[in-house]
Amino acid sequence: MSGPSDYQPSNPALQWIERRLPILGLMHSSFVVYPTPRNLNYWWTFGAILSFMLGMQILTGVILAMHYTPHADLAFKSVELIVRDVNYGWLLRNMHACGASMFFFAVYVHMLRGLYYGSYKEPREVLWILGVIIYLLMMATGFMGYVLPWGQMSFWGATVITNLFSAIPYFGESIVTLLWGGYSVGNPTLNRFFSLHYLLPFLIAGVVVLHVWALHVAGQNNPDGVEPKTEKDTVPFTPHATIKDMFGVACFMLLYAWFIFYMPNYLGDADNYIPANPGVTPPHIVPEWYYLPFYAILRSIPNKLAGVIAMFGAIIILCFLPWLDAAKTRSSKYRPLAKQFFWIFVVVCILLGYLGAQPPEGIYVVAGRVLTVCYFAYFLIVLPLLSRIEKPRPVPNSISDAVLAKTGSRSTPMVSTAIVLALAGSLFAGSVDSAKASEGSDQPPGNKWSFSGPFGKFDRGALQRGLKVYKEVCASCHGLSYVAFRNLSEPGGPGYSVAQAAAFASEYKVKDGPNDAGDMFERAGRPADYFPSPFPNEQAARAANGGAAPPDLSLITKARSYKRGFPWFIFDFFSQYQEQGPDYVSAVLQGFEDKVPEGVTIPEGSYYNKYFPGHAIKMPKPLSDGQVTYDDGSPTTVAQYAKDVTTFLMWTAEPHMEARKRLGFQVFVFLILFAGLMYFTKKKVWASSH
Amino acid sequence: MTTASSADHPTRRDFLFVATGAAAAVGGAAALWPFISQMNPDASTIAAGAPIEVDLSPVAEGQDIKVFWRGKPIYISHRTKKQIDEARAVNVASLPDPQTDEARVKSGHEQWLVVIGICTHLGCIPIAHEGNYDGFFCPCHGSQYDSSGRIRQGPAPANLPVPPYQFVSDTKIQIG
Ligand code: FES
Repeated sequence: MSGPSDYQPSNPALQWIERRLPILGLMHSSFVVYPTPRNLNYWWTFGAILSFMLGMQILTGVILAMHYTPHADLAFKSVELIVRDVNYGWLLRNMHACGASMFFFAVYVHMLRGLYYGSYKEPREVLWILGVIIYLLMMATGFMGYVLPWGQMSFWGATVITNLFSAIPYFGESIVTLLWGGYSVGNPTLNRFFSLHYLLPFLIAGVVVLHVWALHVAGQNNPDGVEPKTEKDTVPFTPHATIKDMFGVACFMLLYAWFIFYMPNYLGDADNYIPANPGVTPPHIVPEWYYLPFYAILRSIPNKLAGVIAMFGAIIILCFLPWLDAAKTRSSKYRPLAKQFFWIFVVVCILLGYLGAQPPEGIYVVAGRVLTVCYFAYFLIVLPLLSRIEKPRPVPNSISDAVLAKTGSRSTPMVSTAIVLALAGSLFAGSVDSAKASEGSDQPPGNKWSFSGPFGKFDRGALQRGLKVYKEVCASCHGLSYVAFRNLSEPGGPGYSVAQAAAFASEYKVKDGPNDAGDMFERAGRPADYFPSPFPNEQAARAANGGAAPPDLSLITKARSYKRGFPWFIFDFFSQYQEQGPDYVSAVLQGFEDKVPEGVTIPEGSYYNKYFPGHAIKMPKPLSDGQVTYDDGSPTTVAQYAKDVTTFLMWTAEPHMEARKRLGFQVFVFLILFAGLMYFTKKKVWASSH
Repeated sequence: MTTASSADHPTRRDFLFVATGAAAAVGGAAALWPFISQMNPDASTIAAGAPIEVDLSPVAEGQDIKVFWRGKPIYISHRTKKQIDEARAVNVASLPDPQTDEARVKSGHEQWLVVIGICTHLGCIPIAHEGNYDGFFCPCHGSQYDSSGRIRQGPAPANLPVPPYQFVSDTKIQIG
């Protein structure tokens, strides 16, 4: 993008275009012949990874918008319909939801890389500031996107974050009303968030163009921080950087696919599978993992306005980085002190993220304050001071000298620490779950589920028995409103035939109408009908059950979880443990005890349950031995009932789970092969340049 | 790939590049499929398109009703003797879309005409009992259909289509 190019296409049609709009020349000079430093390491591939992720998010987002309904009464349901009924809807939704996390993970690596190698320094200040703007836009986009499924976390996250603006003196309240379009977060809020969530990514794409433009004017920084001097210091962008970037993207896709196919809910919050309820706040409001460090800063300051200022300040301060750090040496590779403080800073950020997910009490508050001070001290004290007192090691004369010197000695310890830390950072999100503590209850025991692990499948017998238990026991109080009778005959489900599902449906009476006379009437159920709910509305359900409405069970195994805690959430990432919900549901079904333990008081009309948070549950013990007859000879015990009905409810929560894991395996086989091929291609291309 | 000169045998290098390119192409093409497939009707739409039953007993002679199936209006006309005779008196060969009336109704139930009420020109809804042929008239561009739903005049190229249906009893049909 610097100056006119002498590129001349050979095709006459292209020549004709080129003379009128030199776009091919622009592409050629920017992405083909563009000289790129030959010593770039893999941290530099994150730029390409980010472009890939932005493209992915826009593509999947545009598609999801084709199926999504931005209305307070319909949004939650429309997301469920995407996942259940749209062809590959579950895949597209997982790609978009996990994609947001991957996008942020990549942007954090990209930013830390810039910080470590001094990529913000003269003459790349504008490039860096444009990056901070992109990051801010990303945060706004991510936040508004999280609101759209209209679950409990969506709703309360929206409430809490918009209320940040109420801290502004004098105008705060009016600004918040303006953001909401009402007196509280509601349908107008959802509508405008949807509109803006669709708009902002295109703004991001625009600023990315400026970012790349600025990059191509200033030239890329490199691990040694010395500018390229001769031809020997650079290699042409294509094929060298392109192939290396593509290899990086292929590896990144492996991580991305791990989440999409095996851990789609690992980074999310179980509460968001409960539809938004303006009357009940979840016990812990926790933002998505990528906001946690800033959330921790907000909470550690006891003054509302000061907290908000500190939170935004923590991001805005990045814009001043080029002037706060005045050291002439760019790369921390040659700055022993800066290097150490950089890693301390990374640890501080990760710990802040951890604290952001913990309840704001006791030691966590104190630690949060200390770390907030550390965060700001890094920018305001450490960096300015270091640039005055630190004596950097001599930098190599040129990039080629650095490359030659490197061939012998490799600084692997630094890289491996970085990888470990980056991994730890990516796993952070697990602590989101842990923040949602189910205090005052025992840890549900782990079970062996047929559906766990990468090759997990539903046990058909258990699904059929579970359906029977649901129908004969649970259905008298709990609905199953996202499940249609036709689902019973779909692949990956209980394995009934179409005729069996139709016969099952016809046993139900379904309200329909109005008919020609304008009256509602009852008719036999059809496969397209959904399981009828036992109560006509929430008020009726509440009134009939001593004030506590029995929750709909369609999503219950995804909407319940329990605290895993450190270090379990890290192991879970590797072992693909995803069964907090089923373990909890099955434990609650078996956790009733007639004898209330010493020192626990249970209010009138409640029952003691060992695993229910707070122990006082309004539901009486639902299952007892021998209550439901089984035709297949399975034991008719409470333990067996609980296991069967939980398996059934896992299926109702995710009817396409088997398809997800099956496709996941195919994708992994392909990606591993492809990444291998890319690796050898990359080696070949670079063979002459090392 | 000019810079990738090395001591290797050129065919081996080429093979690697071709294999990688082919893998990328195959993977990319396979990845496209979900993005296209999602545009098709989803499972709930398909399920809602199941056959429907219509009770014909309240429809008097000379009357017609409109019901919806798969989002399309279906005209069910209880034809008069005059309408049936008119439809059968035409020289079939002279029609733009030749088809006998017998082929468009169920034998034994000649009085019932069941057609999809969507103009075959550009999809407007024709009005029943209007036009010169005792049938349907499309207000959009003036197509006229006769009492058998066959195109007689105007820009529409084909007769109003007959949906799949059968009589479950003398007064009840199942569409779909
Ligand atoms: S659409 Fe009916 S005449 Fe054109």
